[in-house]
Amino acid sequence: MPSLFQQIQAGRIWDFHGGIHPPSRKTQTSQKPIDSYSLPARLYIPQRQHIGVAGRVLVKVGDHVLKGQALTAADNAMAVPVHAPTSGTIVDICLHPSAHPSALPEPVFVLEPDGLEQWRPRHALDMLHADKAQILQRIQQAGIAGMGGAGFPSHIKAGAAAAVDYLIINAVECEPYITADDVLMQHHSDTIVQGIEILSQLLQPKAVLIGIEDDKPAAIKAMQQAVAGKNHWFVRALPVKYPSGGEKQLIQRLTNKEVPSGRRPIDIGIVVQNVGTAFAIAQAVLEDIPLISRVVTVVGQSLSRPQNMYALLGTPVHELLSACGFEPQPSQRLIMGGPMMGFTLPDARIPVVKTTNCIIAPTHEELPVAGPELDCIRCGACTEACPVNLLPQQLLWYSKAKDHTQLQAHNLQDCIECGACAYVCPSEIPLVHYYRVAKADIRETQREALKAEQAKARFEARKERLEREKQERAERNKQLAAQRQQQLADQQKQQIAEAQARTQAATTELTHAEIVAERERKKAEARAYQAAKLAAEQDIIQSAEPTLSADDRAEQDPRKAAIAAALARAKAKKAQASGEAESTSVEAATVAAAPALGNTVEPQSSSSDDAKKAAVAAAIARAKAKKAQASGEAESTSVEAATVAAAPALGNTVEPHSSSSDDAKKAAVAAAIARAKAKKAQASGEAESTSVEAATVTAAPALGNTVEPQSSSSDDAKKAAVAAAIARAKAKKAQASGEAESTSVEAATVAAAPALGNTVEPQSCSSDDAKKAAVAAAIARAKAKKAQSASNSEAATDPTQADSEPPLADSDAVLPPVPQDEPQVVAQPEPVAANPSAEDAKKAAIAAAIARAKAKKAAQNPQEPS
Amino acid sequence: MITALWALGALALVFGAILGYAAIRFKVEADPLVDQIDDILPQTQCGQCGYPGCRPYAEAIAGGDIITKCPPGGEATIKKLADLMGVSLDSLDQTQNKQEKRVAYIREEDCIGCTKCIQACPVDAIVGASKQMHTILSNECTGCDLCVEPCPVNCIEMRPVQTTAERWKWDLQSIPVHVVEVK
Ligand code: SF4
Ligand code: SF4
Ligand code: SF4
Ligand code: SF4
Ligand code: SF4
Repeated sequence: MPSLFQQIQAGRIWDFHGGIHPPSRKTQTSQKPIDSYSLPARLYIPQRQHIGVAGRVLVKVGDHVLKGQALTAADNAMAVPVHAPTSGTIVDICLHPSAHPSALPEPVFVLEPDGLEQWRPRHALDMLHADKAQILQRIQQAGIAGMGGAGFPSHIKAGAAAAVDYLIINAVECEPYITADDVLMQHHSDTIVQGIEILSQLLQPKAVLIGIEDDKPAAIKAMQQAVAGKNHWFVRALPVKYPSGGEKQLIQRLTNKEVPSGRRPIDIGIVVQNVGTAFAIAQAVLEDIPLISRVVTVVGQSLSRPQNMYALLGTPVHELLSACGFEPQPSQRLIMGGPMMGFTLPDARIPVVKTTNCIIAPTHEELPVAGPELDCIRCGACTEACPVNLLPQQLLWYSKAKDHTQLQAHNLQDCIECGACAYVCPSEIPLVHYYRVAKADIRETQREALKAEQAKARFEARKERLEREKQERAERNKQLAAQRQQQLADQQKQQIAEAQARTQAATTELTHAEIVAERERKKAEARAYQAAKLAAEQDIIQSAEPTLSADDRAEQDPRKAAIAAALARAKAKKAQASGEAESTSVEAATVAAAPALGNTVEPQSSSSDDAKKAAVAAAIARAKAKKAQASGEAESTSVEAATVAAAPALGNTVEPHSSSSDDAKKAAVAAAIARAKAKKAQASGEAESTSVEAATVTAAPALGNTVEPQSSSSDDAKKAAVAAAIARAKAKKAQASGEAESTSVEAATVAAAPALGNTVEPQSCSSDDAKKAAVAAAIARAKAKKAQSASNSEAATDPTQADSEPPLADSDAVLPPVPQDEPQVVAQPEPVAANPSAEDAKKAAIAAAIARAKAKKAAQNPQEPS
Repeated sequence: MITALWALGALALVFGAILGYAAIRFKVEADPLVDQIDDILPQTQCGQCGYPGCRPYAEAIAGGDIITKCPPGGEATIKKLADLMGVSLDSLDQTQNKQEKRVAYIREEDCIGCTKCIQACPVDAIVGASKQMHTILSNECTGCDLCVEPCPVNCIEMRPVQTTAERWKWDLQSIPVHVVEVK
């Protein structure tokens, strides 16, 4: 029994399982010379044309580049650069449909040729003195990637460190139509042989096998002549059979070796290179011509002159087609690659890339559209045809059932997507399609699993971190507490010593009185709490009134106000529920409740000097904001009216406590509320009904006023600037409301706004804190943003109005710009506002009360129209 | 004979003692079923199942809760869980379908740097510091939605994941293979 090598030497070839014999249709182009065409107007050169990562971009828009100049640089082993196919100007770097079945846009260089074909300086490599690394570097720098279809960087294959027995040159070209390699061998066999020599110098194989199908007699003859006299170089003519050109199939045919599943040919000592790649390597090494063009078969019965072309990489497909006399049919299809493994192009602007070997423009008679898919009849023809010995029919079932485990058990990953099974299937089942989808699904699932694993790890790490932080904090607190106790003990000791030194009688009595007072207060609280609970359980409309009376009581006892707040919260919840209901009557109730809420809270703050209460108020405000948001999203317009009413209430809640406050923290709370409101306003602004817009508008002036008066009392130029900015923002908004369509709701908006404004002013009169101003400024900024987004959408419809109105708002900054619709309301509050004599806090409080009353009325009035 | 009985009895005692010790010494701490379920769940940690994370839900399933509460997992997860738990699929409500995959995106110019979103994110996929602009590591984001609500200025939105050529799925129309006629 002769050894394998002896058998190969003796010229033996083998066969693989399955395979098909589709009509080859190669004669249309194989006898013609390779043609070239005039320079296209623009070249679209994708930044990545191979498997791996794109290189680093070297040029910028406007740069003039020379022919062969690198446009990207390869920073790592898996990258290869792309080059300018001709001299010209980079006019753009943008996204362009890619030469991929998905045609997803990818980054390209757009090159406008200058027609001069000016080369960059070229330096041929001296093969006698060049070492392996130099040659490999040259191959990489020339941008050479497998030209047979996969686009794997050639320098990696050519630089294989493992011992190589056989170098196989793939010139099979088994797909129908394609003749690019055929004509290349006919016309450039010498250069190809030089390329193979370079490759054998790099790989040092025992033998070189050149596999060509026997339907290319001219190419076989040319290659045989070119390799004449070479030791251990064999040109093998293979009987036609698809898919002999598959890497693993070719290896089997030429050497009778099988590449194990999941391994690469190099693992069994074999390297396969495409004949086009060998040609490109020779050009790059010996002439320093990087990969900037390739031979492309342009074929199909829609063309009057089908032929092979030297196509510059980046040439849009339609340029090539028109150079071949393209007469498009109705619903013309274009296929890139062969009819078996290629893909249809959704767009004729897609450029030629390094892996493009063929473009087919078939007529419908030539490649008819597939008929409807029928059920599998279990004929087994697909199993007969599969070159990889898979069970396509089983795979089909599992693909349809999405059974990934079974698919993997049946070696779906080994399917080369050759399409032989689909070709023979009498039921016209697009089997390959199912496999491709299943493969993508499996890949996706694997990716997801990996991601889930990472997410879990991150989640665990976070939990651990939080736990650790908590412990650390507890530790610190313990230490601090211990310290404090120590201090306290020391102080107490001191105090005791001091007290002992002084007389004792008065002290004890005072303490006694304090205890009594405390007890009283607690009792009152408990009682009020009971009442609150009762009230909360009652119907909304009824409960609105008790609140008012509770409000009176609250003025006597600041603590009760807190209870009222709790009550208000309960009501807010109910109001929310009703806000989502659709009947209008319930909404009216909501509206009634809202002002009440506002009032309940206010006295508390005006009489309080406790930061905690302010925080409670803030909590209520936030709860209300949520509710308002929910109702804003509801569809009935009356619900939006409720939103409108809620806004003034909110406004009131905030203001008084700031009027009495001298604490920056409260201001911060106010800011938080304002932000929450901004959110709500935004949400309602996004709702579709126009009245919602009106609501947005309401909230805004209320906010705005809070800020403005500050400037009137301030002596700080910066604040004034801020106020001006706000005024402008508001002007924009006011305008937006002017464009809103439902007038009735808008009127409500307008009425509510001034009332709000007035209540706010006292705050500023008493404020003397720069921090608050800063906070207000922050709010203003937030609002400005919102206002901008609102105006962007609305002012766009009526820009003229947008320009005309702002001055008006600027001129009277204190005056809310909205009230044009209802001037009398504005007129009244104005004096109050304008009197920032405000040496007296009481007056301010009265003003607030008036404003509140008006807010209530205003809020109730618009209910009827809506 | 007696010696043999004694010897066997002694052996039985010795092995019994060893086994008893081993049972205590090498006790398996976690319930392996919970681990298995947890591995199937998508680990989005979104809490949409009503539990504070995937593992608590895994524990609940092991304790008898229904297996259809995880929207991010979709049909595939339910199927796997059904296999694992021995539940028949037909009896389950299969209305929950996997939606389009999305990740959060922060409109950076609007961010006020309040750090609220960071506190909400269960997988630490948000970077930022107090009063600084925040941004999302979209590769780490599980699309759980939890950061959207806390943002006071509504600058976080969920955007569909960009399809890339690597992730793209084939569709029938792009494959011309079936149009080759048989002569
Ligand atoms: S497409 Fe896959 S399953 Fe079908 S014949 Fe080719 S290798 Fe076999
Ligand atoms: S060739 Fe088509 S019909 Fe026949 S067994 Fe395969 S899939 Fe079924
Ligand atoms: S719904 Fe699913 S993904 Fe979300 S926490 Fe629950 S189990 Fe995890
Ligand atoms: S960034 Fe947002 S959506 Fe993404 S994981 Fe974190 S919280 Fe969830
Ligand atoms: S919650 Fe919003 S505003 Fe706050 S830091 Fe996150 S993205 Fe920025």
